[in-house]
Amino acid sequence: MSVPGQPLSSAFDEALAGTPAAAGPVRDKGGSARREQFARLRRSKTFIAGAAIIGFWVLCAIFGSLVVQDPLAANPIGDLQAPSVDHLFGTDRLGRDVFARVIVGAQGILITAPLATVLGTVLGTVLGLVTGYFRGAVDDVLSRIIDAFLALPVTIVGMLAIVALGPSKLTVICVVGLVFAPIIARTVRAAVLGEREMDYVAAARLRNERTSYVLFAEILPNVMGPVMVEFTVRLGYAVFAIATLSFLGFGIQPPAPDWGLQVAEHYGLINGGFWWAVLFPAAAITSLVIAVNLVADGVTQAFER
Amino acid sequence: MSAAAPPLAVPALALRDLEVEYRVRGVWRQVLRGVTLSIADGESYGLVGESGCGKSTAAYAVVNYLPRNGRISGGSIEVAGADLADMSERDVRRMRAERVGMVYQNPGGALNPTIRVGDQVAEVYTLAGTEEKLAHERVEGILAKVQIADPGSVMRRYPHQLSGGMQQRVVIAMALAKDPTLLVLDEPTTGLDATVEAEVLDLVSALRQEFGTSVLFISHNLDVITRMCDRVGVLYAGRLVEEGPVDAVFNDPRHPYAVGLLRCIPRGGVRKDRERLDTIPGFPPPLGAELPTCVYVDRCALAQDICSKEAPPFHDLGSGRHSRCHFWEQAHELPRAEPPVPVPSSVDQDAAPVVRAENLSKTFKQDGHEIHAVEEIALALRPGETLGLVGESGSGKTTLARLLLGLTEPDEGSIVELDGKPVAGKIANRDREQVRALQIVFQNPDAALNRRFSIHRIIGRAITKLLGTTGREREERLVELAHSVRFDIRLISVRPAQLSGGLKQRVAIARAFAGEPRVVVCDEPTSALDVSVQAAILNLLADLQTDKKVAYLFISHDLGVVRYLSDRIAVLYLGRLMELGPAERVFRPPHHPYTEALLSSIPGEQGERRERIRLEGEIPSAANPPTGCVFHTRCPRKWGDICAQEQPPLKEYEPGHFMRCHIPLEELAGKQGVTPDGSPTGDGRAPTVRAADEAG
Repeated sequence: MSVPGQPLSSAFDEALAGTPAAAGPVRDKGGSARREQFARLRRSKTFIAGAAIIGFWVLCAIFGSLVVQDPLAANPIGDLQAPSVDHLFGTDRLGRDVFARVIVGAQGILITAPLATVLGTVLGTVLGLVTGYFRGAVDDVLSRIIDAFLALPVTIVGMLAIVALGPSKLTVICVVGLVFAPIIARTVRAAVLGEREMDYVAAARLRNERTSYVLFAEILPNVMGPVMVEFTVRLGYAVFAIATLSFLGFGIQPPAPDWGLQVAEHYGLINGGFWWAVLFPAAAITSLVIAVNLVADGVTQAFER
Repeated sequence: MSAAAPPLAVPALALRDLEVEYRVRGVWRQVLRGVTLSIADGESYGLVGESGCGKSTAAYAVVNYLPRNGRISGGSIEVAGADLADMSERDVRRMRAERVGMVYQNPGGALNPTIRVGDQVAEVYTLAGTEEKLAHERVEGILAKVQIADPGSVMRRYPHQLSGGMQQRVVIAMALAKDPTLLVLDEPTTGLDATVEAEVLDLVSALRQEFGTSVLFISHNLDVITRMCDRVGVLYAGRLVEEGPVDAVFNDPRHPYAVGLLRCIPRGGVRKDRERLDTIPGFPPPLGAELPTCVYVDRCALAQDICSKEAPPFHDLGSGRHSRCHFWEQAHELPRAEPPVPVPSSVDQDAAPVVRAENLSKTFKQDGHEIHAVEEIALALRPGETLGLVGESGSGKTTLARLLLGLTEPDEGSIVELDGKPVAGKIANRDREQVRALQIVFQNPDAALNRRFSIHRIIGRAITKLLGTTGREREERLVELAHSVRFDIRLISVRPAQLSGGLKQRVAIARAFAGEPRVVVCDEPTSALDVSVQAAILNLLADLQTDKKVAYLFISHDLGVVRYLSDRIAVLYLGRLMELGPAERVFRPPHHPYTEALLSSIPGEQGERRERIRLEGEIPSAANPPTGCVFHTRCPRKWGDICAQEQPPLKEYEPGHFMRCHIPLEELAGKQGVTPDGSPTGDGRAPTVRAADEAG
């Protein structure tokens, strides 16, 4: 019957209690929670819209160079031409095809942003698991360091690091990843604080399991929901941050086609009426950020009940 | 007006053929299948049944407050003669606000955590049109009515600053503030301690007398229903299967389900060495199943051909009793699902204790305060023995268990011995033999089983870690274990969420037994389960004990269950051992005044109702325990100044029976209406009182 300390048993709960679980023998083998979440994801319109846009940019990054003109081919006499049939998005100040540079420019960001986010998520998750599980001195020290990190603005840290280490994709990935790690760690820590009090953790300790087993085999799968949500949300920020670094000149270096860089190279020319060299790469950045956020919304709704 | 209503009065509530459906995964599923009942003015009506039978749905339907996926699909509801179907939504809302008070199970969830108690209760008045200032004055009055000692200060507090019992009193105050015609109480005391439950129930009774309110009381606890209700209805699969005066129904049930349900409950002092608990075979029908005939036919041992062909009518048995069974006259002859044989005692009286604790203490430090959660406890368990551990929440039961298990490190000087050899306080410093010897079955299997793991992995991992077996050997052991807890091996690859509560608890038990443990702590293992499932789990635990000679430390707030299973009982208060002795001895006076108060909440051996002993006030804080005897602040038998000055020693009154009380045994026995040896007053034999080695 009812349990002391159980949440208010609403009539709705009672209704659910009559579903297969309460009825005894399993009848619905495919009903695992995770599968249910993915099913919910597939039904989510925001998720599908976002995924479609991201899918488009992924295709551009992989096959774009086969379809479009050479994004590096300069043409000094055909510079800054308005959009036309020959050049759908016009040409830039060196006469390069903007359309080709936008399409191929997806490559850079689609490699750096996810890698940076993966790095940040992995580091942050480990940090969150450790601080959340141990509490005490370990938690206090690490959490204060995390707080200190959180106070640093990403672009400033990025600039400093890149100035010190020299600009490269690797530096950008590491910088963005490291800056994101503490943010993710905080979210994971909060989830772990709840899980560590669950009796299954006590049961694992009663088998004298190693701490690493308890953390990564027992607790981690139960905090994957918040981790997934955090990953997608951070991915959007990563796109934005990397584009910003490129714009400031600290990311991918010319003449490689890169959206942020393209905007940086041409924004001074907007007043001269040459809007196309800025608008199209800027729109590309926007579309990708929005798409990632749509996916993040879908994931949040599916994974956070 | 309903035909079933008593003459000359409009019933406070009349349900006629009420049908409610829920839409689950796009399909409408029937939850209530034509419930007809009426509650007379001033009457108290109890609704009992297991989870999923539609009790709460009925409660919500009464005020048309179903969840969004629910709808009333048939029948009628009349509150004080007014049919809900004829009312506009506004009128229904007004009726809810003015005529019906509702109290739910979890008072913490019913109160808004961000609004002060006073403002929250005042809302009830302001919604009814009272001026704000006047409302606040009235709040003070109503809070005093529900026996809140200092209404002024409680009004200024937030809900989380109140204890569970206080919160529930505030909720009751809110329900009563509008002077309702009908009060709906949905499991109002589930989740509260026995002593707090007693207070809340007394309060409801007193208020009923004063206000003359009709009550619909929903509970799974038959003792509570017996105490609180005039009539009772037994609900099964959304249909009322039996109805009648409480005493008649509970003492002489006339429906096979009611008969089975009552046999599942350890009542009237029944113990495992007297008879096994009966169980109800099978499972309740799933939500919305097509049940054209008798709803209980699939599980009924009395069922004949007619039962699956014709739905039984609600037979009128006279004197207000009804039963929905073709064979109601034979219902009491229902064959048992479990033979009524006693469970053989497995205690080896001569064996050395398997686990022994001495001077076991735990002091937590919080904000510079020392909290003595457990203090100087000494106890021992022999192989095959069950030691019941009782006490209110906050008395240190769970901490004590965790100390033995090594999950919490005890204070220095504490001794825990396994087979006479001391073991480390921290589990990490214990060897595999010691780790597997002490295991636990937790209260809530949902939290105790990792929801991302399959059952195979949960049990398999325990076998690997505790026994060190792998490969084929492990699989064989797994099958054997599943068999011993009667868990269908075909379900081994599913995850916990797909299992019912009873099956989950079987998995948890299998895991605890994976490493051939010597001692298993059972921490409220059945409190999350329905009574029929509880009976099966208790039988299983008893069988496993007989089989494997394992000792149990059995923690429960359900004294009937503790009594059923325990050989000895330890009573804890504020982390101190108050009484320890053979189960029969502890349950019989003369016993400690605290034990006496705890026991007064359950019916006696002959099922007689006892006068409830109310403990005044809240359990004191362990950070600042009372001087002398820690119980003296609430002790109804406080003897004198010595109680507040000196801690009484733990004295052995009879071999194996210890008590910590200053009152001489003769006097204590006299006050509790018996002679010192426990027989009813008349023959007075001097007890042998000798000072025992005090715990610590």
